[in-house]
Amino acid sequence: MAEHRPGAAPVIRVAADGKVLLAGDWTLRALSADLPDLRARLAQVPSAAHWDFTAVQRLDSFGAALLWHAWKRRWPIAEGLGEAQRRVIERVAASSGKLRPGGARFGVVDAIILLGRALLGFRSHALGFIALFGQIFLDLAHLLRYPREWPLREVSANIHKVGVKAMPVTALVGFLIGVVLSYLSALQLKIFGADIFIVNILGLGIIRELGPVLVSVLVAGRSGSAMTAQLGVMRVTEEIDALAAMGISRSLRLVLPKVLALTLAMPLLVLWTSAVALLGGWVSARLELDLSLGFFVQTLPAVVPISNLYIGLAKGAVFGFLIALIACHFGLRVRPNTESLSVNTTASVVTAITMVILADAVFAIATRSIGVPT
Amino acid sequence: MSDGPVVALHDIVTRFDSNLVHDGLTLEIQAGEIVALVGGSGSGKTTLLRHIIGLTRPAAGTVRLFGEGLRDGSVHERIARQRRFGVLFQQGALFSALTVGENIAFPLKELGVATHAELRDLVALKLAMVEMEPGHASLMPAELSGGMVKRAALARALALEPELLLLDEPTAGLDPDRSAAFVRLIRSLHHELGLTVVLVTHDVDTLAALATRIAVLAERRIVSFGTLEETLAQDHPFIQRFFLGEHGRNALARHGGNH
Repeated sequence: MAEHRPGAAPVIRVAADGKVLLAGDWTLRALSADLPDLRARLAQVPSAAHWDFTAVQRLDSFGAALLWHAWKRRWPIAEGLGEAQRRVIERVAASSGKLRPGGARFGVVDAIILLGRALLGFRSHALGFIALFGQIFLDLAHLLRYPREWPLREVSANIHKVGVKAMPVTALVGFLIGVVLSYLSALQLKIFGADIFIVNILGLGIIRELGPVLVSVLVAGRSGSAMTAQLGVMRVTEEIDALAAMGISRSLRLVLPKVLALTLAMPLLVLWTSAVALLGGWVSARLELDLSLGFFVQTLPAVVPISNLYIGLAKGAVFGFLIALIACHFGLRVRPNTESLSVNTTASVVTAITMVILADAVFAIATRSIGVPT
Repeated sequence: MSDGPVVALHDIVTRFDSNLVHDGLTLEIQAGEIVALVGGSGSGKTTLLRHIIGLTRPAAGTVRLFGEGLRDGSVHERIARQRRFGVLFQQGALFSALTVGENIAFPLKELGVATHAELRDLVALKLAMVEMEPGHASLMPAELSGGMVKRAALARALALEPELLLLDEPTAGLDPDRSAAFVRLIRSLHHELGLTVVLVTHDVDTLAALATRIAVLAERRIVSFGTLEETLAQDHPFIQRFFLGEHGRNALARHGGNH
């Protein structure tokens, strides 16, 4: 091992006559072994000293930079400097100070610029989103005129991806939420002897509100992020440009199938998840309140008007449309670097969930007189 | 400098599933040489380079760098060994979230030895070495042209003062002008820093202008390892096709003066 280590450790020694004797290898590898100590000894040397390089075996640009800064960026009196070594130091000297330290202090002007940039960014997002929204309808109109161009295979593939494959996870989460909701409600209802109202609570709560929102949050995290990342990587690898070069509309082939698929699949997912959540609710009610399945199934349509189911399904379609459109919007804005991909994927999921909850509030106000038994 | 070969590959066997890529391949590269690794597409040139870097592991055989086994010693020694070589990947592999200057400073910053002022000077120096302007340091990799990406990546590969430089297709995707300039750049760096260089290339122009020795990879092993003249004297069918096809002959004629 030892004989492969080239050269000797760097040495600095101040002779009796004030001369600084350097020896050994002044290279990054040799220096990094004991750098703090060497720096301290370099700092002790007076700047007007004579430097003797005779015993220096090798000098690389890191060693040269170290010395150059120890010399306060001025040539000292140096002797025994080989031609190659002189060139290395000269090169460091030539490029020294070329790069200014970046990152100025953050001031008031910067704050205003930052605020303005945020507002302009929001405006650009809003405009882009509206443009994409409009493009979807233009594409649909185009497809009505040219029915042969329907991207049916893409739509079907996307339905499989965002709908069928999401069924296990939404079922699991729905079931557990149903169990928990039912258990906590049952504890309260038992106190008042109002056991049978568990059906009303579960039916209204899950079908109208919890089912659609729960599925939306899951789908935004699961499929929305995947859509953004996929479109983003396609932009990074220029696949989207390749499509455009072939005269194929990116909105027709990439955006529309995703939006259509999620708009179609979400109501079905909502139906599925709500059903499993109700099942979970019944299981809990059975254990806690001894409610039979026959009674549960019979009472449900009587206490929960059917319009609640329609509202739930409509919410699912609207939320699905929003999630897919937001995901595509952010995916198409990815710039070709890793940072932009991560920023846009995060923004896609956060925006989708926020928008879904906003839309849910709008739904709640718009449908406040429909399907709620008084 | 140590006396033994800088890179020593012995009896390398590489298998991808049922596909045998290398079978008993042996190659020794001495210090100070520029060795070009040539071979047909899919002959495992890049894989061999990845063995040397330690990214992949051959099914059998040994890889030794600087006289030490690639995976010998403690983690600390292994990392120290890895810092003795620099790699230029085919697409540059610059970190896209960092500026060019941050990319070049990154390996030095990781090492934690240089002060901020020294770092800035070293970045400026490396940029100057690859013939880039100090102003390029603040650009993002996405804003660079193909040739500039390669230069910046080369500057990053040089950041840790390597003794061995590994280049994967250094001139692929560059126009002939830029390609020739890049070759000149590598040759002058080789001359100034006394580097050992291993490059994988398809380009007869590049290797005729640069390589002191040529290793020809065919039939899963090195079929020829020698200077350009020695290689041309072989009558292996791949060598005949590669160097004495129309493009190869033209390229050799252009570089006739160098050899």
